[in-house]
Amino acid sequence: MVKINFRKLLVLLVAAAFIAAVSGPAMAADTIKLGVAGPHSGDLASYGIPSVKAAELVVKNINAKGGVLGKKVELIVEDDVCKPEVAANTATKLVGAGVNVVLGHICSGATKAALGIYKDSHIVVMSPSATNPALTQSGDYPNFFRTIASDDAQAKLEVEFALNVLKVKRIAVLHDKGDYGKGLAEYAKGFLEKDPRAKVVLYEGITPGAVDYSAVVQKIKRKKADAVIFGGYHPEASKIVTQMRKKKMKTYFISDDGVKDDTFIKVAKQYAEGVYATGPKDVSKNPLTIKARAEHVKAYGSDPGAFFENAYAATLALLNAIEKAGSTDYNAIVKALRTEYVDTPLGKIRFDERGDAIGVGFAMYQVRGGKYVEVK
Amino acid sequence: MDFGYFFELFLGGLTRGSIYALLALGYTMVYGIIELINFAHGEIYMIGAFTALIVTGVLTLMGWNKIAILILASLAAVVYSSAYGYTAEKIAYKPLRNAPRLSALISAIGVSLFLQNYVLLAQTSDFLPFPNLIPEFEFLKPVEDIVRSSEIVIYATTAVVMVALTILIKFTRIGKAMRATAQDQKMARLVGVDVDRVISITFIIGSATAALGGVLIASHIGQINFYIGFIAGIKAFVAAVLGGIGSMPGAVLGSLVLGWTESFFTGYISSDYEDVFAFIFLVLILIFRPSGILGRKDTDKV
Repeated sequence: MVKINFRKLLVLLVAAAFIAAVSGPAMAADTIKLGVAGPHSGDLASYGIPSVKAAELVVKNINAKGGVLGKKVELIVEDDVCKPEVAANTATKLVGAGVNVVLGHICSGATKAALGIYKDSHIVVMSPSATNPALTQSGDYPNFFRTIASDDAQAKLEVEFALNVLKVKRIAVLHDKGDYGKGLAEYAKGFLEKDPRAKVVLYEGITPGAVDYSAVVQKIKRKKADAVIFGGYHPEASKIVTQMRKKKMKTYFISDDGVKDDTFIKVAKQYAEGVYATGPKDVSKNPLTIKARAEHVKAYGSDPGAFFENAYAATLALLNAIEKAGSTDYNAIVKALRTEYVDTPLGKIRFDERGDAIGVGFAMYQVRGGKYVEVK
Repeated sequence: MDFGYFFELFLGGLTRGSIYALLALGYTMVYGIIELINFAHGEIYMIGAFTALIVTGVLTLMGWNKIAILILASLAAVVYSSAYGYTAEKIAYKPLRNAPRLSALISAIGVSLFLQNYVLLAQTSDFLPFPNLIPEFEFLKPVEDIVRSSEIVIYATTAVVMVALTILIKFTRIGKAMRATAQDQKMARLVGVDVDRVISITFIIGSATAALGGVLIASHIGQINFYIGFIAGIKAFVAAVLGGIGSMPGAVLGSLVLGWTESFFTGYISSDYEDVFAFIFLVLILIFRPSGILGRKDTDKV
């Protein structure tokens, strides 16, 4: 008796499991599942939550218009607290939940830890914020895309501008020894060393906050540099530029977002004129950006937070790629991301072979008439 | 060897050294009289610069001429900074005069942090442009790209302040009282020296030199913020120790040595390790001359 009952139960269980297994994919096919991963709690939650909100807004709009490929889009949100060791679990959970594409992760370290898992499961991942250059440049993760410029984008733009537009041959690379400035200077030096057209004649760190930089300025003069690429912030930049110009040196001065600040012009006054600096492309006047921000204010009653536009653009790009691909097939999505342009708050974008968004990132500005003006 | 390059580095070092010296003089003087390392000295310098900036702004709006603005701004800076120095002494150092020396030192650090944060809150955390108050001298036109008038003014002011302070201490009545106070406060009191007044005057004079430094240095650099006093103050303190703290010519010599060390090291080797090298030099000098280049052990502290 007991035995028979047990068998019946087993059969029932197996049958139930079978039905579940069959109906699982059948149910999944009813919706497009968009995974959203990032820090949603903890110290860095403020970097992750705006992405969730961006995804919610985009998905709400798209579902209201009938969804993607005739299916509703469903969000599956998982927290990785920006920790690499947690991110691997987050990725496993999302893969287990059957996501088709993933928006995330937010931090570079967590993204790297999770990417292998998605790669093995053939899932496209797009980060709105992970800026580590190796994520795309190493070529290890063909399933990875991002809607933010990588850390070395500014350095690359500075070097290309110096070589292609200014056509200089002797370049002095300076930095302020800080994380930001030194990192940039190192990238710039790396790019310059690979290019036979120019030579790095000086590579040095200066002491931030010093009362006087005349010795360094003398050195630039002595090395006959045609251009200075400076990684750092405006207080040091304005002192160096002022001293260079007072010594009647016409050396080009090219710097970064830390210098593309109106305080720089205010402090260096007439000496700021002609200085080049890279800065993020201005997207605030893009109608889609204005619309996205307005939606956020309406839905949540506040201005959006960090990486909101990037996440909004990434969600649009992902869902657009699925629509254009005509299926949720990995290869088709990747192909669509690389070939199909999509309108986003960051402008009209598509992705290059390595996964970086084309048309997103930095532009070169120059001080003209006491204002930063974009150099076309 | 490229002599032109050497000479330009020499001038760069001289400018740096003179800037440090303007601050180091005040440091060393206060130390000489009451053996207090006044960490707030850098902040007094910063307040001088801010006062001058505000006065300059107002007078420029009223359309005054440049020399008048320079003089009035310097005067205002001197008065204002002296008042701060005087008050800081009365509030933070005087009650601790008989306490262990470490207590007064901590109190000085407190004053320094207080003043920094006060300016941060009352003014701004941004860098502010400081107008060039020092006129360009006609006779310097030919050598303009080697040495500028603001640098000449800084060299000259440093020299004048050093000589004036030395004369004040060596040959005047108040100088004599200062030396007496420096040697033995109790004994000075017994022979009728008003020690409190002497110390107050020391602080006022020290703060006045810092304020003068504030105006000239800010004018040379062209920018100020609430934090400029800290780094400049630390460097000036190092220079004062290097030259022998308590000695006026020592402060100037120490500052120049520090300025030249930094300039030549940057010019011939690398600015990456500028501070490292400057401090290695300090350690070496203190190993061989523990009381600094011109310092004498416990005699004649001023």
